[in-house]
Amino acid sequence: MGPATMSESLIEESILSRPTYGTLKIVPGLAHYFLADASGAECVIRVVQELPRDMMEKVHILYVPTPGEAALITSLYALGAKRFEHFPTIEEAVAKLGDWLSDAKMGSQLYLAGTEGLVGQGVAKGEECGLDHTAVQCEHRGSLARRVQCVHCKTMIEDVTTQPVKCPSCDLLLLVRDHYSRRLAAFQGVCINAEDPSEEIEIKEVFK
Amino acid sequence: MTIQFKDESFRGDFTYANSPSNIPRFPFPFPEDEYMYSTNIEPHHAARAGSPFENAFDVDEHYVAEMKDRALVLADDPGRCQALPHMETAGWDFLELVMVSKARDYPDLFKLTMDGDRWHWINKPLQIDDTFTFGDSSTLPCHPMEYIGRQVQGDHAILDQRDGNLWMDAGIITAQADWSLDFDIGMNFFEWHAPVPLAHELGVFQRALKFLLTLPQGQPSRRLNWTLTVNPRLDTSPENYPKWGPDRMTVTPENIGEKVHLRVELQTFWRLPRSNAILFPIRTYLMAMNEVVTQPKWGRRLHRVMRDLRPELVDYKGLSRYHPILVEWLSQFDDGAPTSPGIFPD
Repeated sequence: MGPATMSESLIEESILSRPTYGTLKIVPGLAHYFLADASGAECVIRVVQELPRDMMEKVHILYVPTPGEAALITSLYALGAKRFEHFPTIEEAVAKLGDWLSDAKMGSQLYLAGTEGLVGQGVAKGEECGLDHTAVQCEHRGSLARRVQCVHCKTMIEDVTTQPVKCPSCDLLLLVRDHYSRRLAAFQGVCINAEDPSEEIEIKEVFK
Repeated sequence: MTIQFKDESFRGDFTYANSPSNIPRFPFPFPEDEYMYSTNIEPHHAARAGSPFENAFDVDEHYVAEMKDRALVLADDPGRCQALPHMETAGWDFLELVMVSKARDYPDLFKLTMDGDRWHWINKPLQIDDTFTFGDSSTLPCHPMEYIGRQVQGDHAILDQRDGNLWMDAGIITAQADWSLDFDIGMNFFEWHAPVPLAHELGVFQRALKFLLTLPQGQPSRRLNWTLTVNPRLDTSPENYPKWGPDRMTVTPENIGEKVHLRVELQTFWRLPRSNAILFPIRTYLMAMNEVVTQPKWGRRLHRVMRDLRPELVDYKGLSRYHPILVEWLSQFDDGAPTSPGIFPD
């Protein structure tokens, strides 16, 4: 993860497996790969528009817009990157990132901006493609919604905003822990009332 | 030495029990009357004939039954045994260490014959007689870590060492005290310990990591860790929490002596020669409260430890529901007499 410097992220200090995020800043590199969603688009615009025109040959941008949104696509396109592609889902964009990184040279830099689900999956893909963690920068923006793995049935639950959350696959009520796996890009969900299943627990909106 | 291997279960009807002669060799984890986290690491030297510290990999009367339970867990959830692709050499290191140690320490049970890379391994208790080429995984039925992990008591994690840290990059974990290999695989030392309360602030993990990074080959170390488990269940994984969590509701003053078990992990640390990884065996010993208190020193001490346990630890170790009943029940075995230092019974 990037250094925990000043950032607009609202994440509170937590346990050591819980990622912290920094602020994107261009560092020297042979190629610069960006992945962002709508909440992170402005971070990409912020750093890329500072670059000299001749550097744009080294810039590659992947984007996941919110459905129906077009203005940010136009702004990102206008940056004039060598490659700019957008995809309707994080999954597809991350798969494309994998294709790009598999052809990437040594000295490539990866920049991730947006919600934790997108940033986390970008980090995991970078690691899978052999990118050193020092070559990956992350900036968290937007919702605090979490990607959660149900530890019982291993289902991945996207965009979790409540505590606890009901697993859509095995129906257990899960406590969303701060324990986080970079490889899975997910927080851990563990049954909250396993000891006494008759216990009623109020579901509250907490990850906004 | 002959060991009578028991036919017993760690699930369902829970027929697991310790023979009277097995009780005094239990690795009681409290050297003093109070407990707090510490980096309690000592050299894994042979100590006390008959104790679980006598041999590199202790084999006891529960060996065969534990290996059967492991096979059941793996059949149900293959994710309990995983290795990242760069961990194959470490798997062979692990296999070699166990085979060489067991054949040396228990020659009546295990036999290893090496003819160059051609190895012949006989495991009498499990009725295994295999020949394979060391270093060539195609000559084994599975990954070398899984092959040997199914023949040695205790869970085994293998920690890769790089960037000044240790990484949980492989393991065969079927008897864990509530942690998930499938979730934690690939994490570094601080990440996989992240959920443990208090210890980070005390600097325990920083000191432990510093020690482990310089662990030399041929000089293994050990420490004891503990928790309590209701019923003699080895598989207290988070995956199966809905199966074992309800057990905690079943403890009463009448059944506590047989239901609640002291669960002790004998953790050892071994530098591996080819991979430079660290083998981390977590060997679990279970003993019912009724069995523990047959040793008067242990009964007295356990009462004091439980009575004075920090609330954060009562919660973290999952004892909250029955902790008061347990302290009350144990008090009948504490006459206030002083206890001798160290873990061994008087």
